[in-house]
Amino acid sequence: MYQYILKRVLLTIPTLLGAAALVFLLMRLIPGDICLVRLGGGGSSFDPRALANCHAEIGIDRPFIVQFLEFIWGAIRLDFGTSMWSGKPVIVEIAARLPVSLEIAVLATVVAVSIAIPLGTISALKQNSWLDVVVRVFAIGGIATPSFWIGIVSILLVLDISGWITGTPWMPPIDYVPFWKNPIANLSMVALPAITVGYRYAAVSMRMTRSAMLEVMKEDYIRTARAKGLINKLIINRHALKNALLPIVTLIGIEFAFLIGGLVVTEQVFNLNGVGRLFVQAVQNQDYTLTQALVMLTVAVFVFTNLAVDLLYAWLDPRIRFN
Amino acid sequence: MQAKKSLVTTLAAACFAVSIGHAAPAAETPKRGGTLTYMIPADAPPSLDGHREGTYATVHTVAPFYSVLMRVDPENPADTTRFVCDLCLEVPKPTDDGKTYTFKIRTGVKFQDGSPLTAADVAASWHEIIFPRKGVLSARANWYSMVDEVGAADATTVVFKLKFATPVFLPALADPYAFIYEQKILDADPHLYETHVMGSGPFRFVNYTIGQSIEGVRNPDYYHKGEPYLDGFKGIFAPKQSVRVDAIRSDRAAIEFRGLPPSARDELTKDLGDKITVQTSDWNCGNLITPNASRKPFDDVRVRRALLLAIDQWRGGPALSKIANVHTVGGIVFPGSPLAATKAELQQLAGFWPDIEKSRAEGLSFELLNRNVDQPYKFVGIWLVDEWSKIGVHATQKVVPTGPWFALMRAGDFDVVVEANCNSIVNPVLDTQKYLPHDVFVENYGYYKDPVEADLYEKMLREPDPTKLRTLMRAYEKQIIDVEAHEFPMLWWERIMVYQSYVKGWKIGPSHYINQDLADIWLDR
Repeated sequence: MYQYILKRVLLTIPTLLGAAALVFLLMRLIPGDICLVRLGGGGSSFDPRALANCHAEIGIDRPFIVQFLEFIWGAIRLDFGTSMWSGKPVIVEIAARLPVSLEIAVLATVVAVSIAIPLGTISALKQNSWLDVVVRVFAIGGIATPSFWIGIVSILLVLDISGWITGTPWMPPIDYVPFWKNPIANLSMVALPAITVGYRYAAVSMRMTRSAMLEVMKEDYIRTARAKGLINKLIINRHALKNALLPIVTLIGIEFAFLIGGLVVTEQVFNLNGVGRLFVQAVQNQDYTLTQALVMLTVAVFVFTNLAVDLLYAWLDPRIRFN
Repeated sequence: MQAKKSLVTTLAAACFAVSIGHAAPAAETPKRGGTLTYMIPADAPPSLDGHREGTYATVHTVAPFYSVLMRVDPENPADTTRFVCDLCLEVPKPTDDGKTYTFKIRTGVKFQDGSPLTAADVAASWHEIIFPRKGVLSARANWYSMVDEVGAADATTVVFKLKFATPVFLPALADPYAFIYEQKILDADPHLYETHVMGSGPFRFVNYTIGQSIEGVRNPDYYHKGEPYLDGFKGIFAPKQSVRVDAIRSDRAAIEFRGLPPSARDELTKDLGDKITVQTSDWNCGNLITPNASRKPFDDVRVRRALLLAIDQWRGGPALSKIANVHTVGGIVFPGSPLAATKAELQQLAGFWPDIEKSRAEGLSFELLNRNVDQPYKFVGIWLVDEWSKIGVHATQKVVPTGPWFALMRAGDFDVVVEANCNSIVNPVLDTQKYLPHDVFVENYGYYKDPVEADLYEKMLREPDPTKLRTLMRAYEKQIIDVEAHEFPMLWWERIMVYQSYVKGWKIGPSHYINQDLADIWLDR
């Protein structure tokens, strides 16, 4: 087991270095110049000397190889430098946004898991019943509808309904307050995005739970358990669900990792100052250092989530552990 | 300059007043107290230092914390020729044949850390703007190429000495980014203002959360008697327009200071009726179309003129203004300025003739490069493609993000491009330097050479007489548009401000950069 963990951890190093090299090159292939966006993006004229000073200040006038080596050396030391846009350490920029994205990701996962697993299981157990049809329609609706669209519609609905009831339209707060400072304000801001993101996430997981459960319920060991006279509840919880969870855990892991940096549009719709919004801003501004750090963060989240899923596999499935 | 307001000025001001759809509210007695929540239509400013930045995000974030030497008149920001003192006591008359300006500075002004503000701080700030030391970025230093030296004569006197007399100097001093900083901080670390706030404006800094919000409270030591009226403010960053519209609709925020498109105005006024107030104004921003003169067939003035003649701005203006932030037909000078061309003068220029059928010619295919910004770039781009199709010209619009848009322009890798010229203070001579040939002004991407035009500009820069200046401006405009068709100025943008009616005291100006210190705003609730 320890050897398995060590092997998986060591594999993350070349993955991260490869991603670092790739993102460095890709960012420089995009035409444009952060200093021009910064000084002239508003359409006003600026001093050409300021442009040259800006290039020198952020170091993009140096040879690529020097910039690349500096980036790799920094990445090895987990020092991604300062944002070319704001001049603040990249770590400060990300740390300001990470709690928001993390909270949404955790809440959306809670919403998704608490909907997907029970409904997916019921749908499989009551295959082809009216209940199964309702759950499947609900799931397909979630997969087919983009979560940002649901977000926009839900805000408009809240505005219209509250306006109709109270005479004054109401919408969730638009400035983030941490949970420990004001739980009500915090939850009223994050509830809608967590539900809208969680719905799509639940829909995907529900479909997976249903098909995995249908598969498992046809296995010989389920028939054996039934033949032994075990009660249905025990068969489902102990034998069927635990085995069906393997692909669901993988899916939940991948989705969770995606939510950390992937809620690009949802964060904008709900005005959440999260990592997804920062990502868009960094790419639009051509902020190389910040984009590189964000890509590395996303890669790291994916790599370590996959690692955690692999370890969870080993716990769920003894065959992996012993092989 | 103020004293020499002519009949033209008055006429232009009258035209401008007509262009304001909803008149500014009548004077009421301001109420004190309350906190204003407003939206900042951006993610976060690159830094908090006004001297180095060119984005309104910086002004909307920190302007309430700072004093400036001069500013537009907050009582009438729409007047493009009226500049008043903020820290100075009186707008000085120049001496030494127009080459020396001596400002007397207020006493008793304090920075937030309690240090007194003196002429030395004002001089040091302006020195940093005009002559930035090595490693310090000053975005608009080229506006002040006429300044020879600036210094403090004593604790209450600042003196600017110019190399030559010019009418553009005084308006340039009212630059809304020209915050007055503390000399001792600048001396110790000129980069500190990028991340910290230390000003002497109407509000004191409380808190800044990157990309989320900025907060301030009333400065009890503020030097303009009775101001500010608000107890404090909170600015919330929201780059997405739908969030800002919904926030105003639900009163999560009362106002945003850049401007909303016509659709948002219609939606909010329909939903909220008299709870919403609208102010509109011509905006000191406009798109311009630049053919690449280094590429065939745009090196031929006949081709450029044919393209320009095909555009019917007189009919396009009223139609486009229903869906896009564009409104007034104008030349290269802001329509509210005394230096702007009148309708009769404009109609003498190619592309502005009253009879469009007489203007139009035949045949050509090319790519129109545009920026991936809806309002109003893409609206204008689509309209142009349609206009050109009427003369058999097939233009294909290529829309790219800001970074690649700049890169393609700088590399000269385009046929025709939709650009914009967007300025803060209306200072027509400086505002129109964008039209100078690329070898004179590197931000011009037309890649043409025109010594006649450059010579006219140089003369304007040094012409103190308003009448002669206006004649030179007409010649400069004619050379750019009519003679050479180097650039095609399109409709001037329209600034539409839509906000909760309880916000009082704020008056619209022709730029989203100016009048942003919030000192005159009060809440009627």
